[in-house]
Amino acid sequence: MAYPTEYRYTKEHEWIAADGRIGITDYAQSTLGDIVFVELPAVGAELKAGESFGTVESVKAVSDLYSPVNGKVLEVNEALNSAPESVNADANATWMIKAEFDASQLESLLTAEAYEKFISEETGH
Amino acid sequence: MGDKFVGTPKKASVHVNQNEDLIFEKSSPGKKAYRLSELDVPAVDAAALLGDAVRTDLGVMPELSEIEIVRHFTRLSTWNYAIDLGMFPLGSCTMKYNGRVNELVARLEGLAEAHPYQPESLSQGVLEIMQVLSDSLLDITGMDSITLQPAAGAHGEFTGILLVRAYHESKGNPRKKILIPDSAHGTNPATAAVVGYQVQNLKSNAEGMVDLAELEKLVDEDTAALMLTNPSTIGVFESEIHKIADILHAKGALLYMDGANMNALVGKVRPGDFGVDVMHLNLHKTFSTPHGGGGPGSGPVACKKILEPFLPTPVLATKTDGTLTLDYNRPQSVGRVRAWYGNFGMFIRALAYILANGPDGLRQTTEDAVLNANYLRAKLEDVFDLPFKTASMHEVVFSDKLQAKNGVKTGDMGKRLLDYGFHAYTVSFPLIVAGAMMIEPTESESREELDLLVDALRQIAREAEENPELVKTAPHTTRLRRLDETTAARKPILRWKAPAASTPLTPDTAAKEW
Amino acid sequence: MRYLPKSPSDREAMLADIGAKSIDDLFSTVPAEYRLSRDLNVPRQHGEQEVIEHFKAFAEKNALGYASFLGAGAYRHYRPVLIDTVVSRGEFLTSYTPYQPEIAQGTLQALFEFQTMICELTGMEISNASMYDGSTGAAEAVMMAVRVTGRNGAVVARTVHPEYREVLTTYAQHQSIPKTEVDYDPATGRVDLAKLDAAITDDTACVLIQSPNFFGTIEDVAAIAEIAHKKGALLIVSIAEAVSLGIVKPPTEADIVAMEAQSFGVPVGYGGPYCGVIACKEKFLRQMPGRLAGETKDMDGKRGFVLTLSTREQHIRREKATSNICTNQSLVALMVTVFLTVYGKGLKELGEQNLAKAHYAAQTIGGTGKVLFGGAPRFNEFVLQGSKTAEVANAALLQKKIVGGLPLEKFYPELGPNASLWCATELTTRAQIDAAAEVLK
Repeated sequence: MAYPTEYRYTKEHEWIAADGRIGITDYAQSTLGDIVFVELPAVGAELKAGESFGTVESVKAVSDLYSPVNGKVLEVNEALNSAPESVNADANATWMIKAEFDASQLESLLTAEAYEKFISEETGH
Repeated sequence: MGDKFVGTPKKASVHVNQNEDLIFEKSSPGKKAYRLSELDVPAVDAAALLGDAVRTDLGVMPELSEIEIVRHFTRLSTWNYAIDLGMFPLGSCTMKYNGRVNELVARLEGLAEAHPYQPESLSQGVLEIMQVLSDSLLDITGMDSITLQPAAGAHGEFTGILLVRAYHESKGNPRKKILIPDSAHGTNPATAAVVGYQVQNLKSNAEGMVDLAELEKLVDEDTAALMLTNPSTIGVFESEIHKIADILHAKGALLYMDGANMNALVGKVRPGDFGVDVMHLNLHKTFSTPHGGGGPGSGPVACKKILEPFLPTPVLATKTDGTLTLDYNRPQSVGRVRAWYGNFGMFIRALAYILANGPDGLRQTTEDAVLNANYLRAKLEDVFDLPFKTASMHEVVFSDKLQAKNGVKTGDMGKRLLDYGFHAYTVSFPLIVAGAMMIEPTESESREELDLLVDALRQIAREAEENPELVKTAPHTTRLRRLDETTAARKPILRWKAPAASTPLTPDTAAKEW
Repeated sequence: MRYLPKSPSDREAMLADIGAKSIDDLFSTVPAEYRLSRDLNVPRQHGEQEVIEHFKAFAEKNALGYASFLGAGAYRHYRPVLIDTVVSRGEFLTSYTPYQPEIAQGTLQALFEFQTMICELTGMEISNASMYDGSTGAAEAVMMAVRVTGRNGAVVARTVHPEYREVLTTYAQHQSIPKTEVDYDPATGRVDLAKLDAAITDDTACVLIQSPNFFGTIEDVAAIAEIAHKKGALLIVSIAEAVSLGIVKPPTEADIVAMEAQSFGVPVGYGGPYCGVIACKEKFLRQMPGRLAGETKDMDGKRGFVLTLSTREQHIRREKATSNICTNQSLVALMVTVFLTVYGKGLKELGEQNLAKAHYAAQTIGGTGKVLFGGAPRFNEFVLQGSKTAEVANAALLQKKIVGGLPLEKFYPELGPNASLWCATELTTRAQIDAAAEVLK
């Protein structure tokens, strides 16, 4: 699956859109396997770049979700409570939280191209 | 035989072995499996005595006769694998034979019915059992003092780290962090967190052992203790254990030993002699108390004199007249970790095991456990990758590296082992070995049984080359095939619910009404 | 040694296959100075008959053949024969945690049945597959409430079992959970509601009560729940005498029930192993500690059971786990499951017999002094304020091979030296009650 060029990425495998939507990458979902639960913060919670804002669980693993930016949680994707599998089905389209943040922070994040290069180095493919 | 059974329906074998319902589905109103003794005091009106607090409905509680209950649980039992059926090579779990005399003595009336608050004068027998077991465990570990109170291994870790904390507090500073190797059991970091410590990860060296240089770098005045498993989770003795202890002690930190692997040491080496300050034992591993499908366990904690004042209350003591007593007057104690004195029923079984073995039997047991693991290693190392070459003690850890090339993972081979009549080995642990296959045969296996396991694993290795699909879809011969754990976690069904009352009776359930 | 299945020649052949000269070669990684060069100082090897004789001798030094009125968290109830018939089957006794569900359906289905019956009896929506015991279960429930609410304090009734409260103190202090104790109303032996209300603050995560409480008195769970919930705290109800659930209304108003299921067919056994359980409202599932069995299907669509939601547990989450707990008490939970299956709806009749025996005992034995806390309903225990000290009374009773009630002064100094806690179950006979009353007269 291609990584949308309008998103920015982190080395912890999150993506963020200009409108503040944050999700995990297709690479992350495929590494985790069948996702069974997504634990998300409360609306209004503070976000700190590089710090955990929630967790994503597969049957036998738990991974932290790391915020790409400093900011605040505007909205959480409640649909994930009943349908966590949508992350596996389409990681690019399935956002987890929507953040209010200063857009200048996007500059320092990876572009789609840089992220793809990063994962190909990391996996050795 | 074809896939579908085409003979007379409701053949007994299908009915019995394939379709044992839940107990609630077998229940019919009006059946009973009990009869109380005749009431010898005046009956009472519960509603009058209890008022608003009286219960009127017991919901789906089952109603069956005795024979149906016996069959229900007997049928369920046949769906379990167990040590009594064959080898259980589950690494780090020490699935050894559970002597049957242990079960008999644990049920003796004066022991099974002893009340924890009965007077001490009428408890000397139970206290003596605790005393003899304590003394035996102290000599086995080379430690000075012990508590039997913890209910399981992880509970023992909790207690041990409480002792560590109390010790440092008595010196004026509880310190901040616990060092834990990346090869450790998951309970270790969880325990450190529960006792309020930060966990600092200690990376293993290329041989999977404690990296002394790294340890030296990390240990400082904030280090409360190192939690170490020895032999380590890769089944290897930490040869430089005394240097590890020295590095810790030089900074005032303590050495905690996870005793999960004591089956490699009993009668041969004593942790107290190589610098351990505090450790727990798993009576359900090393001392043969039954695992029972996942508990009960028992996790005594043994320690050096410096930690003795902090042991949980009460502590077993001897009075001047020679009788045994429980001492509650322990001002420096960490407090209680459990009501009463621990899983006493497990103390009986562990002591019965020690008595049946004696010093010679215990030493031979350890030697046989180590012999068995090394035998398996020698017979299998040409077909499976051995990530660490250091000599094995009581268990051997291979990896699936050679088989993974064909897409066959450790979990698949573990599942395939079920088809050959064995339980799986421990899959994917320790975490420092990618695709770990952790095999612990214990002393309870004969050479013949070991050879059967060797044959099975060699055959599976060949299957992984020639027919990987066969292994990847295993098991094939069990009553159920692979279960859908994903749906179980996404949409948890954690209890049975009666079908809605409006559901029309099917002919089958209607028949039950008669 | 009779447990070891190898002949001397097997050992030699195996060493040869390994390429070792002697067994000591296999211990070469152990530095020589740490190898034990003597026999262990443990009892000598015993034959099977000797082992049995040894333990019979221990057993005879205990209270064999005594009538007992002790309860206080460890209850004598009749154990149907089927319990040991089932748990003695090697397939249950010598199996492991069901990590390979294809060959552990027996254990898993039994645990699923256990969870269902616990839910039904407690009025909760979900139950775990058991934990160590009632005392640690109560402490785990408090830590769970802290995680659920994001608040930090615990308000605990003094009528909760004193040893449970001690265990909670040990756990809470390292989690920095402040604990406040609330006194009881001296007339009823129940939690003092006004004091409870005053003790709850904005940072109170939970209220922990026990019902029937340590005095045997049934708490007003609905009223306590209302007070707790009004202030945003959860209500945890600890149940130490599980047989009460046959006849006493379940604490449906609670958020979490932390139970000791020992009464359901588990030997009193000098305090363990017992069977703790946590049951709760479904919305707290993710914060509940301990193992869970769940229903699913296999590849062919057949119903089966697995351990599920294990991502909450220590082997995956490590230092971030909901608890460091690893084992449950599977075999003891199986005892409970068989007991509950044998009695089923008959738990009501069992509960009624307990009520009747305790009522008769309270009248008869109580007649030798005063029964405290008469203002509230009781199950099968009562507090006697005797005419003599409990110590003197119990010494006289022992002469008649009767173990009297538990002296309470150690736990509740304000009740004085004459107060003791008495229990009568379906196993207590009228003759025993009459004999005890005769001694105390």
